Amino acid sequence: MDLIFSLTLNGLATGMLFFLLAAGLTLIFGLMDVLNFAHGGLFAWGAFTGVWIYGLSGNFFVGILGAIVAGLVLGAITEYLIIKPVYGNHIQQILITLGFMLVLTEMLKVVYGPNQRAAQPPEYLDGSFTIGDVTIIKYRLFIILMGIIIFALTSYVLKKTKIGLIVRAGVMNKEMVQALGINIRLIFLAVFMVGSAMAALGGFLFAPYSGVIYAEIGLDYGIFAFIVVVIGGMGSLSGSLMAALLVGLAQAYMQYYVPSLALAVNMLLMAAVLLFRPQGLFSVKGVSTK
Amino acid sequence: MMKTLLKVDEINTYIDQFHILQNVSFEVKTGEVTVLLGRNGAGKTTTLRTIMGLNSASSGSVVYKDEDITKQNTHHIARKGIGYVPEDQGIFADLTVGENMRVAMQKEDDATKERMDWVLNMFPDLKKFWNKAGGQLSGGQKQMLSIARAYINENDLLLIDEPSKGLAPIIVEKVMESIQEMKEKTTIVLVEQNFYMASSIGDSFYILDDGMTVHSGKMNELKDDEVLKKKYLGIA
Ligand SMILES: Nc1ncnc2c1ncn2[C@@H]1O[C@H](COP(=O)(O)OP(=O)(O)OP(=O)(O)O)[C@@H](O)[C@H]1O
Ligand SMILES: [Mg+2]
Repeated sequence: MDLIFSLTLNGLATGMLFFLLAAGLTLIFGLMDVLNFAHGGLFAWGAFTGVWIYGLSGNFFVGILGAIVAGLVLGAITEYLIIKPVYGNHIQQILITLGFMLVLTEMLKVVYGPNQRAAQPPEYLDGSFTIGDVTIIKYRLFIILMGIIIFALTSYVLKKTKIGLIVRAGVMNKEMVQALGINIRLIFLAVFMVGSAMAALGGFLFAPYSGVIYAEIGLDYGIFAFIVVVIGGMGSLSGSLMAALLVGLAQAYMQYYVPSLALAVNMLLMAAVLLFRPQGLFSVKGVSTK
Repeated sequence: MMKTLLKVDEINTYIDQFHILQNVSFEVKTGEVTVLLGRNGAGKTTTLRTIMGLNSASSGSVVYKDEDITKQNTHHIARKGIGYVPEDQGIFADLTVGENMRVAMQKEDDATKERMDWVLNMFPDLKKFWNKAGGQLSGGQKQMLSIARAYINENDLLLIDEPSKGLAPIIVEKVMESIQEMKEKTTIVLVEQNFYMASSIGDSFYILDDGMTVHSGKMNELKDDEVLKKKYLGIA
């Protein structure tokens, strides 16, 4: 009982991190039709910047803020320098963002040094408590809560605010949005920045969760974001959440019972979705933010 | 002499390698309804899209209110006061009627509220289905929503692409009535194949054929010109 619960909690926490990483990716693809293979780089940069600022300030939430700001800034730079010139051309997008991913990873080593770094949750989020005969690790619970908050916030913005409606309208029909007098380029930039910030936040939350970070986490975890987006359906936020939790749970259980197959199972899951339901498991029709 | 609001001068538009518009020229007078006629594939939609900047003209110019807007971005062109009702209506399917209107509204001032009242009065269905997804509306309701969206802003020119397409005659009447009323307030460029509708609303006309402007004149002259109608419009 304790084991099942522990694995499930672990899977959900991992899933939420995948969600933070995938949410931006799915919106960026849905709205801008951009394949961004550099997205994982933001995860790594968020992790290192957050840990650094957390170390300087001694305040975990200032670390969170630092990661978010790093994500916003790097996101803006990426959109402007890397993505803007290759709108509408998938092959070029794949090549240039894959290249930029490597640049981001190497730059990280230049800025923060080549060594891995240890990270710990703040004291009040460290350790565990028990309810009945199950042990709950506080920090995992915290990640799940953060994931829920971010999902709720993003859903609210997309459903209720004018900018959110414009983003969704843009996913459905870019030309019409422009014909109504809206500068879709600015909307693209905003979505790109927010998506990057979510990835960066995910990276920082990941740091104390794994206990150690290294420059290549972006490469290692970026792959999961793609799996999640494919399974959840491109452009679908709630689809991404469901898929992320699914992948996170599969990951946690497999890692415990058959560790050598952990990644393979998720890859197979993705392949199966691509074969039998290429629009994604949870998307209603092609692209949707429902 | 009425003022020219929009002047399209010898525009050439390519889509991929195809030379679609070839020196298309026409003028729109303030307060008039100018109708673009021509058979399927003549280039009517491409002409409206080129004015909106959704297709780019490789040469020639589009001048609106004495300003050259040929090379401007679509959203700038729209903000100059041009509303667009595309052939496929461009409804955001997952957004409700109300949300479609909200995305379109550039301001929330009194004048906008007034226009909103007018629109809901003209198309009560929109009020009735305010919370229904745009994708679930009937063809006629979608058309009304698209027109309402274009009308809600302070536009001096509306480009309306085949509003009668696929609609039952009674709905066509309704749409016609609304355009008749809007005509009092804004200038309109109307693409229309339904000659009855075109001739009842239109003041002047241009006929496009194979991407070229081949004829123009006053609508009431065209009504009696059986030869011209037969030649370019296939109307006996
Ligand atoms: N995306 C495109 N790619 C290639 N050719 C196109 C494209 N869009 C339009 N065309 C061609 O351009 C020409 C003009 O098309 P357009 O849609 O402007 O005609 P139209 O007068 O609006 O016709 P309809 O009455 O059928 O709506 C047609 O020959 C059409 O095949
Ligand atoms: Mg057409």
